Amino acid sequence: MSAYRDEDPRIHDIKTRIRVVPNFPKPGIMFQDITTLLLNPKAFKDTIDLFVERYKGKNISVVAGIEARGFIFGPPIALAIGAKFVPLRKPRKLPGKVISEKYILEYGKDCLEMHVGAVKSGERALVVDDLIATGGTLCAAMNLLERAGAEVVECACVIELPDLKSLRELSFDFMVSNGRGFLRSEFSKNDKWLDLRK
Amino acid sequence: MATGDEQQDPRIAGISSAIRVIPNFPKPGIMFQDITTMLLDTKAFKDTIDLFVERYRDKNISVVAGVEARGFIFGPPIALAIGAKFVPMRKPNKLPGEVISEEYSLEYGTDKMEMHVGAVEAGERALVIDDLIATGGTLCAAVKLLERVGVNVVECACVIELLGLKGRERLGDRPLFVLVNAT
Repeated sequence: MSAYRDEDPRIHDIKTRIRVVPNFPKPGIMFQDITTLLLNPKAFKDTIDLFVERYKGKNISVVAGIEARGFIFGPPIALAIGAKFVPLRKPRKLPGKVISEKYILEYGKDCLEMHVGAVKSGERALVVDDLIATGGTLCAAMNLLERAGAEVVECACVIELPDLKSLRELSFDFMVSNGRGFLRSEFSKNDKWLDLRK
Repeated sequence: MATGDEQQDPRIAGISSAIRVIPNFPKPGIMFQDITTMLLDTKAFKDTIDLFVERYRDKNISVVAGVEARGFIFGPPIALAIGAKFVPMRKPNKLPGEVISEEYSLEYGTDKMEMHVGAVEAGERALVIDDLIATGGTLCAAVKLLERVGVNVVECACVIELLGLKGRERLGDRPLFVLVNAT
């Protein structure tokens, strides 16, 4: 049970349906597998509902989802709140003209792309992924949207990994110093809501 | 429902016109059917999902399998609306748990598709979803993965069928439903 009295009752079941797979993709990593959550229609629906209840009626016209697991959660949210869905993809997957944003991985670099013209200046956007770890991918996603003139209202993830503290502080500093919206997740292992605006 | 002889559902025209064709992607000579522009049109995207949901709700379908990655965009909304589970079918080494694999041929060489062990049970009724069917190789691999564990694949459903590539033939007598034909 949650340490917080006001945790939504649906969250407990969502949490228990996420499977932890040790040593994937490499030794030492405890992988948070959301595919088991997707096997329970009620828990999957509750997950989407929790996001939709938060974002409906907030004038959000863009939901951007990060390939590939962001494609599972983003579109149902977009459809329910009446927003368009914009896929953010690894290089050379999107067929049209793109803008690219490089970002740092633990070892090496990667790149995220968005179609030119997908978002218009002034649009209010959400970024959705299944999980936030270091925040590198989410930051790249926010940069892409902001470069296109959109306002990133929030990033939303099913899971936050709270133990990557030092790297998350990096993304925290980056986001606060750039005056961005705060980062929030459905739950973390520590049962805490993380509100960086405080 | 939208078959060849019946009058086309009025929503289909809007869906079709929202799809962008990109010449010479990923290589010269290929006319790529880009559904991302349809996802920017909230009515067209909603209509697309509605057309599938209307066809499949109340058909006792408990599994919607979506092929990575664009099948992940269409599969989950359908699954949620009809009360089915969503099962991602992925490229190798993406799924973290124990998997079963199915190899399939490409124009040059082979590829592999994987599904988690235990995601589905024998006797379940399933849909396989992808954005597009071309040669049918990917869809066929997905169908075979499900059939190997005893699932009844009721139908394959795609937004677009690329005619002339014999995708339907490759699926054999397994039903295929599409919204838009393209050449």
